[in-house]
Amino acid sequence: MTRRTITALLAVLALALAACGAAPEAGTTTAAPAATTTPATDAPETTAPTDTTQAPATTAPAVEGPYEHLARAQAGEFAGTSVEVLAQWIEGEAENFEASLQPFIDATGIDVTYEGITDYETVLSTRVDGGNAPDIAQLAQPGLVRTFASEGALVNLSEWFNMDQLSQDYIQSFIDLGSYEGDLYGIFFKGDLKSIVWYPVEAFATAGYEVPATWDELVALSDQIVADGNGNPWCVSMEHGDATGWVATDWIEDILLRTAPPDVYDSWVSHEIPFNDPEVLEAADYMSQIWFADDYVYGGSTAINATFVGDTQTPMFAEGGPQCWMHKQAAWIPEFWPEGTEAGADSSFFYFPPIEEEFGSPVLGAGDQMVMFNDRPEVRALMEYLATAEAAQGWIEAGGFVSPNQSVPLDWYSAYPNDELAGILNEADVFRFDASDTMPAEVGQRTFWDGMVEWVSSDGEGTEAVFQSIEDSWPAS
Amino acid sequence: MSTPTDRPIRAAAALAVLAATVGAAWWGVRFLSTPDAADNLIVRTYRLFGADGSADIVADYGLTPTTEKLVLAAVALILGVAGSWALFLTVNRLVDHLGSRFERLIRPWVFVAPALALVGFYLVYPAVRTIVLSTTERPEGSGLLDNYVAVFTQPDMLAAIRNNVLWLVIGTTGSVVIGLVFATLVDRVKREALAKAFVFLPLAISMVGAAVIWRFVYYWRPPGEPQIGLANGILDALGSEPIAFFQEAPLNTLVLILIMVWLQTGFAMVVLSAAIKGVPDEMIEAARIDGAGETQIFFRIIVPTIRGSIITVATAVFIAILKVFDIVFVTTGGRFDTDVIANRMFSELIRFRNPGRASALAVVLLVAVVPIMVVNVRNLRRQGAGT
Repeated sequence: MTRRTITALLAVLALALAACGAAPEAGTTTAAPAATTTPATDAPETTAPTDTTQAPATTAPAVEGPYEHLARAQAGEFAGTSVEVLAQWIEGEAENFEASLQPFIDATGIDVTYEGITDYETVLSTRVDGGNAPDIAQLAQPGLVRTFASEGALVNLSEWFNMDQLSQDYIQSFIDLGSYEGDLYGIFFKGDLKSIVWYPVEAFATAGYEVPATWDELVALSDQIVADGNGNPWCVSMEHGDATGWVATDWIEDILLRTAPPDVYDSWVSHEIPFNDPEVLEAADYMSQIWFADDYVYGGSTAINATFVGDTQTPMFAEGGPQCWMHKQAAWIPEFWPEGTEAGADSSFFYFPPIEEEFGSPVLGAGDQMVMFNDRPEVRALMEYLATAEAAQGWIEAGGFVSPNQSVPLDWYSAYPNDELAGILNEADVFRFDASDTMPAEVGQRTFWDGMVEWVSSDGEGTEAVFQSIEDSWPAS
Repeated sequence: MSTPTDRPIRAAAALAVLAATVGAAWWGVRFLSTPDAADNLIVRTYRLFGADGSADIVADYGLTPTTEKLVLAAVALILGVAGSWALFLTVNRLVDHLGSRFERLIRPWVFVAPALALVGFYLVYPAVRTIVLSTTERPEGSGLLDNYVAVFTQPDMLAAIRNNVLWLVIGTTGSVVIGLVFATLVDRVKREALAKAFVFLPLAISMVGAAVIWRFVYYWRPPGEPQIGLANGILDALGSEPIAFFQEAPLNTLVLILIMVWLQTGFAMVVLSAAIKGVPDEMIEAARIDGAGETQIFFRIIVPTIRGSIITVATAVFIAILKVFDIVFVTTGGRFDTDVIANRMFSELIRFRNPGRASALAVVLLVAVVPIMVVNVRNLRRQGAGT
């Protein structure tokens, strides 16, 4: 039943996105009209922290505010208390998140300790089971939010959150994706746009390569790069501890949106069609054309399974010129590039091209929710703060961040690459939330990932068996 | 000494003290398990000393989570130690007042009961509960033993079991044989202690630490890039292609077992070395005089003499390997066909959130350990009888 609701919501999301095709462009002012509601529209990401012009740049204003606990916290009521936050953001992303927490710490005197870890889902589950849950945690998967909520581990936000304010700031789809059986448990804090491919701008120009606009051009360009002896066309890798495999799930999803109608995607997520439906296998075949073609991927299948996700693109910046030329990854990846590289200058992105014309230009997105395990007033205050536009500002300015909060003034996003991302979103015909994140956790965060690892280690052989085994793992109820 | 008329009164008094102690302990445990226990304790303490202002502040704002935990830990420590001591003392006193016949019967139990209770609570109860969970935690409509059926039929599970057998055979043999050979050889070296220290050192490293170290040793980078892992660095220097040690089955399981052997050889060597030193020189002398070569002395004299120690070491290593988890978890996470039972158990419980199947695996491990324990205990008894 929940699953059907989600499907419906995804449909709403799609409509909203379609509507935003007509929405104001990035760079216009704050008052976001109803149409600009998708993750999409407020989506533009800043990767280069170049912008210094935005007006309301200071700490969170001393709101009387829509949020009770936050206002009390800002009046100093909870000063000296502490809140523990756990998330999977590490390195640059951790710094950016800490930067967005700083105004809260400064304004309230509450000590927020942040910890970022990689074997994230495992550590979090263990701590929750052990009765040692963090106060607030980030969850990238609506499926996992539902699991934790159904186990009674999460604090129900609907009971005390200012839902009117929340509905002003977030479209209903996001509120629904964070809800379980009608109650709100998660607040969307960060959005991601996955349908983009990073490439070395200068080297492309020097070699005379053009940005491909169709799948065939993409494959032709890849062949060209191999033929020119310019190394491997693709940077692909997905080692990420326990979460190894998710990169491949993104590819399958993005391709499926390009080779089948959106409702196939939706019924696939809700398991109305089997996981190994022929349409899905066809998407896998398309993916094999790139992942498992000779000389296409830097380091081959071994590297796909062995190299850390954050290091995937490093060979593109090799001294003697790019070792690999294209990398499909969301807009946060520049945080992981080697020292001295700059997003936009050293590498920029193009839209992952459409495959079959009739399905237009779809966009795959994802998002991180914040959930709450321990109910104390200072924790409530921080949850409320994270729902405000101000909480997103620090990270937006640092780059690589899309706020799902539609009250975020669009001019905060004026730097690269927001204009380009906004362009992609405005062109988009369909928007869908990451399927693996929405599927039941047993599949979406486990067997789908593990199956992809197995598939890659056998060089793409035995596709049908792999997808069959994932289908078999789908929970019965 | 007490007169017969005294006895009932003293017994009653002791009983009352016992009841009071038990009552206090009960109250303590109850108090500790209420929410805000630490807050309340501090508030009450403040009020006791008349510091109502401070009490109000704590009552209003509560303690920080860290302070709260520290207070609770301190109280639990005091309660635990003082409580057990008081309980023991009062019970012992009570037994004094029972007739000498009962006294002799009951006193041993007074001493043993706390230990038994702890073993029961921390070992027997969880074991029983695990067995129960392995049969009750299953999808509706499935059979009682379905979790066990899954353990012995699912390909992933079977692979984990097969790998575990490989680990047991190769890992145990490797550790014991290398340990034994090294112990024998090092027995004749001048700087024996130094040589032994090198082999023994890895034992001081935790399994996780060792796995992290070896993950770097086996690190793979695409051909053409500088190899930062020792193993591939050597291969690179020799001019051959780097090998992705963690991805090539069944090589990956073997290189993981090597980590365990590296860790356990030191233990085997130390124990066996001590045993070898215990072999009487006269016996070896006699063998030499009778014309035995060194190999013969080793196989005919030393090995049979220290047989008990070898069995002890082998079973200890065997059990450690049966439970192997850390190494696999840190290096491959069970991917690439390297899964073992303990890691699978963890995956089922934590990653798949499937407690029934995890419990079934735990029970399988438990059952597998039992025969080894039997051998070990028998061996110990025989050694005990021998001395």
